[in-house]
Amino acid sequence: MTASPIVRSELLRQRSRSARLFLLPMILALAVVAGWPLIRTIYFSFTDASLTNIEAAKWVGFKNYLSWIQLKSGRTIYSGLLVDPAWWNAVWNTVRFSIISVALEAFFGMIIALVLNAEFKGRGIVRAAILIPWAIPTIVSARMWGWMLNDQFGILNDLFMRVGLIDHPIAWTASSDTAMIAVLIVDVWKTTPFMALLILAGLQMIPGDIYEAARIDGVHPVKQFFRITLPLVKPALMVAIIFRLLDAMRIFDLIYVLTPNSAQTKTMSVLARENLIEFDKFAYGSAQSTLLFLVIALMTMLAIWIGRVKLDGGER
Amino acid sequence: MPMSIVKNTAFYALVVVIVVCAVFPFYYAIITSFKTGSALFTIEYWPTSFSMANYVNVIAAGSFTRNLLNSIIVSGCVVAFSLLMAVTAAFALSRVRFRGRSLLLLTILSVSMFPQIAVLAGLFEVIRLLGLYNTLGGLVFSYMIFTLPFTVWVLTTFMRDLPVEIEEAAIVDGATPWVIITKVFLPLMWPALVTTGLLAFIAAWNEFLFALTFTSSTETRTVPVTIALLTGSSAHEVPWGIIMAASVIVTVPLVVLVLIFQRKIISGLTAGGVKG
Repeated sequence: MTASPIVRSELLRQRSRSARLFLLPMILALAVVAGWPLIRTIYFSFTDASLTNIEAAKWVGFKNYLSWIQLKSGRTIYSGLLVDPAWWNAVWNTVRFSIISVALEAFFGMIIALVLNAEFKGRGIVRAAILIPWAIPTIVSARMWGWMLNDQFGILNDLFMRVGLIDHPIAWTASSDTAMIAVLIVDVWKTTPFMALLILAGLQMIPGDIYEAARIDGVHPVKQFFRITLPLVKPALMVAIIFRLLDAMRIFDLIYVLTPNSAQTKTMSVLARENLIEFDKFAYGSAQSTLLFLVIALMTMLAIWIGRVKLDGGER
Repeated sequence: MPMSIVKNTAFYALVVVIVVCAVFPFYYAIITSFKTGSALFTIEYWPTSFSMANYVNVIAAGSFTRNLLNSIIVSGCVVAFSLLMAVTAAFALSRVRFRGRSLLLLTILSVSMFPQIAVLAGLFEVIRLLGLYNTLGGLVFSYMIFTLPFTVWVLTTFMRDLPVEIEEAAIVDGATPWVIITKVFLPLMWPALVTTGLLAFIAAWNEFLFALTFTSSTETRTVPVTIALLTGSSAHEVPWGIIMAASVIVTVPLVVLVLIFQRKIISGLTAGGVKG
């Protein structure tokens, strides 16, 4: 270009002026819908706010998190979120659910991705088929599986008894031993496709001639997988796992619908909403939301650091 | 030779298992939705009856059609608003150099990781203050928290990869950034807009927590809430046939859309993940 430096810098100024203007609606929207509500939630967690009278909230410090009273006998009684067994039960449920579900999804997702990465007749059908669980709304899949897992008329009990896996019908969603298994089954079914597609994208970036060379050298396919495929697909796999972990930590709808009253599956989000909206312990629920936010924020920072997400907008 | 036959058979067996596992629950929901009365409670693997009674019931009874319309309105508005804001924002984030750009991108990325429950209390207050409680507007407003970061992020990656040259001619001709966006970028961006719009639509269509919390009457509910709250007169009388019919109605349009746009959707999903 032959533009003089003055014209050029005027152009640049104009560009950055309109850039600011273009960003404004988005930033404002995010501030109102995410930033401010988050600050308020954290604030409420330090108050005695109640759902019916949010405006009258008074500052109570850390009381919702931890407080104690010294009795005359010298005994100290602790109360608050940090000593609440129901909270720690929910934390444990969330962690257990997240780790097991994401591990299973990574395993099955890898198998499906390897299958889809092979050349065979009918590959398009498989790809279309695995998109179906992904497309189905979580609430619908919870309902569908709730029916299939029904203790009396559920097809899964029927199938398992025919095959001989179980000898009497199981109340999957109601029984305390199997409620978590039921949730895991549905979640793995629903989200493995997403995992598989992310891993597949990683697999497709591996150049084919590496395998060619390995084949010529007579490397066994299993060894090929562990020595070539796995190390090369690891970055994509890690990103997928982190995405899913962050997602699993905040699970709400599946559990709310599939196993509504089970203490074995109650996660942090479910418990927090219960306190916020249903039990009228608005401030206590806010404290739980705040802690969940802190946990996920820490994990996100770790994820960004591990994933070394490309943040540069490119040369322009 | 026999070895390769064994291998091939095993491979195709695996393929069949994957397809059956993926499709069976939806298939079973469909055949259940056509059953009524006692047929509902006999376990069958193949379709045996074909009655539209459940569909007639679900459409006639209650406010299901109203809720369906609500879902369409809310998801449509969410897509329109987030794409509108995201296109301009993505242009600024990908094509203009300014201070704090990386920080802004980082913030947007972390908002997309927000647990919805973390803003529930604060959003509840904001929505009530704005008079949006129990309105469709309240849902459109709150859904921006997950559609906006995602659309901005994907469109930014897309615009970043477009060559510099396409803009240069327009700059030389003295076009303003707004003209550049609408005349130069938009025509090139249709594929990306369709993909992100579709993904945002699906996310809004499936959303449950906000829809459950920010509405209180049956007329303002969206379909996921309706389906979740469909119960019979007692715990032992869950109307499974009707629930399945409602589920099929809600899901079929999504499945059709996804199958039509499957290549675009896959590339959109992985653009958010692998590249990001």
